[in-house]
Amino acid sequence: MPRTRIELADAIEYLSILDENGTLDRSLEPSIPAETLLRLHRTMLLARRFDERLLSLQRQGRIGTFPPIAGQEAAHLGAVAMLRPSDWIVPAFREMAADIWRGRPLESIIVYNNGFNEAGRIPADRNDMPISIPVGSQLLHAVGIAWAIKYRGQSDVAMTFFGDGATSQGDFHEALNFSGVFQVPAIFVCQNNQWAISIPRAKQTRSPTLAQKALAYGIAGIQVDGNDLLAVYAAADEAVQRARAGQGATLIECVTYRMAVHTTADDPKRYRTDAEVEEWRRKDPITRFQTYLAAKGLLAADAVAAEEAAVQAEIQAAVDRAEEQMKRLGDPLLMFEHAYAQMPAYLKEQREEFIRLRAETQEEK
Amino acid sequence: MPKMTMVQALNLALRQEMERDESVVVLGEDVGVDGGVFRVTDGLIQQFGETRVVDTPLAESGIVGMSIGMAVYGLKPVCEIQFSGFSYYTLHQMENHAARLRWRSQGRYGVPLVMRAPYGGGVRALEHHSESRETFWSHIPGIKMVIPSGPRNARALLVSAIRDPDPVVFYEPKALYRAFREEVPEEEEAMPLSRSLIAREGRDLTLIAYGAMMRPTLEAAEKLHSAHGVEAEVIDLLTLSPMDDSLLVASARKTGRVAVVHEAPRSFGPGAEIIARLVEKAFYHLEVPVARVTGYDVVIPLFSRETHYLPGVPRIVHAARQLLAA
Ligand SMILES: Cc1ncc(C[n+]2csc(CCOP(=O)(O)OP(=O)(O)O)c2C)c(N)n1
Ligand SMILES: [Mg+2]
Repeated sequence: MPRTRIELADAIEYLSILDENGTLDRSLEPSIPAETLLRLHRTMLLARRFDERLLSLQRQGRIGTFPPIAGQEAAHLGAVAMLRPSDWIVPAFREMAADIWRGRPLESIIVYNNGFNEAGRIPADRNDMPISIPVGSQLLHAVGIAWAIKYRGQSDVAMTFFGDGATSQGDFHEALNFSGVFQVPAIFVCQNNQWAISIPRAKQTRSPTLAQKALAYGIAGIQVDGNDLLAVYAAADEAVQRARAGQGATLIECVTYRMAVHTTADDPKRYRTDAEVEEWRRKDPITRFQTYLAAKGLLAADAVAAEEAAVQAEIQAAVDRAEEQMKRLGDPLLMFEHAYAQMPAYLKEQREEFIRLRAETQEEK
Repeated sequence: MPKMTMVQALNLALRQEMERDESVVVLGEDVGVDGGVFRVTDGLIQQFGETRVVDTPLAESGIVGMSIGMAVYGLKPVCEIQFSGFSYYTLHQMENHAARLRWRSQGRYGVPLVMRAPYGGGVRALEHHSESRETFWSHIPGIKMVIPSGPRNARALLVSAIRDPDPVVFYEPKALYRAFREEVPEEEEAMPLSRSLIAREGRDLTLIAYGAMMRPTLEAAEKLHSAHGVEAEVIDLLTLSPMDDSLLVASARKTGRVAVVHEAPRSFGPGAEIIARLVEKAFYHLEVPVARVTGYDVVIPLFSRETHYLPGVPRIVHAARQLLAA
């Protein structure tokens, strides 16, 4: 027959459970223990306030450039909330709330953002990868980790994060394709925050959704309201179950918004309007979650203020600890460490040369 | 003459080349509406429109691969890679195609593209924003590797790079983007590629540098003069590949004492090639082994300790004095 219609096995769904007014679709509500819900709220709030604090520390010259997460807390925290410690996270660089959830101390984030490699160390009891700045490059690592999980017969998953801009990279397409071909337990979480620095989502791809890219690679795909923690949680939970059951990878597009600057070196006034930002402020992920918790009787009217005070105290303590720690850090010789498992002879020579030169140039001064 | 930063001077070069030749197009991430993250392409989209100043999707290999096709067809794509740390995504397109199409087609297709990218440390940046990997490009036959050291030569070299019939990688020392101003003529000015320059004359020893390292090197030469009465000759390479070694060799023959300064890691760095040339062409004139003042063979550390990695005035002065003492 010359021309027939090919029916694609899947279609792309959109999922929203808790809308911007805090109205809940009870039929879709995931069952999350109250204790976890409160911890999620606490973490979102902590991440938001900490983000603000980092911004002010940066403006005061007390830390370097960093990428704020404001507005995207639900989009990445919701995705990791059901993971086990043995699962793997392969992040980009805008997943701070997930990082905190997985156990990163706040002071470590401050110290890292002040240019100390020491704070990049991943503790032995965490399976997560360090941040990955080269956009899109880390997705393939998640596929490799997932492949290895399968090879070892484990039931863990590898969840990787990236932005809307990353979907333009070849590595993104290679990763999705490999994950489909090898049917591995990988979960691709795209934080579509509408912008890749100054490039709007519509200029990144002509596809109406990013989620639909999954179809081309034969893996599951879904678009969710990324400011709705419940929707992100539900979609991720489904993807995790699919992965653990050996049914392959999922692409989750979280529709969200970057409320702040791209990094502290960026000036969004050059490419987007305040009106657009205000539009998204109404869709804030934290306020609607608070409405939800209040309606469930989990968050009393005065509890929010108490939580606010608690996170501010936690942040202040972390800032103090970080500044204390940094006094002891900065030994220049660390730069020669960790290049290889064993320092090669020529590098030992360079290290010796460095020590000698430092002493000699000090004398010359 | 107006005084300009390097950013303004590069902007001038782009603007004038686009006015002069409608085949010149600028493309890259955030080069249009945003004017580039360092503002090098600021205002171009307003003047030339979005068909000639193209905000691309986020894909460096895509940008350069597409530029190759545009160049083969007769356009002059000037692509911006936001940071040189992301230029490696383009390595396969550059090595497999841009560098070879002239050769593969036996002269039929040239690839006159320019790939601009800010490189180097010293700006307290995140990881991948401070590297100096100019060796990668210098090592590829068929590619030209240019690194300016100030606003005026940046402008004049970019003009030549755009007019050049072959692919040029143009690394811009981001530490110098706004570090100082220089007089830059409004009227057209071009400087030939593959030509180095004597930045300071001297008879006692030779310091060879390029890019961001020119500043500490010249400062060291000044210090050697004022504190030690030593006259250092300083050579600014400007083009790493194809390298013009005539000045290097002549200077080495004259002084017999040479140090090479670069922030790239030492092993297999540009210094290795420079020293090889001197060994080949000035061996019997060298009084002492050539010194290298370079970055170490490690990833440049995050910014709290990057000054320990980067060659600075004390290290250069120290090396020079050791050369003289030997
Ligand atoms: C390969 C690469 N190219 C360019 C950059 C510079 N850069 C950093 S983030 C960014 C935009 C990323 O957009 P998106 O993937 O949507 O993530 P978002 O920043 O919005 O979280 C760019 C261009 C980079 N880090 N890596
Ligand atoms: Mg984005």
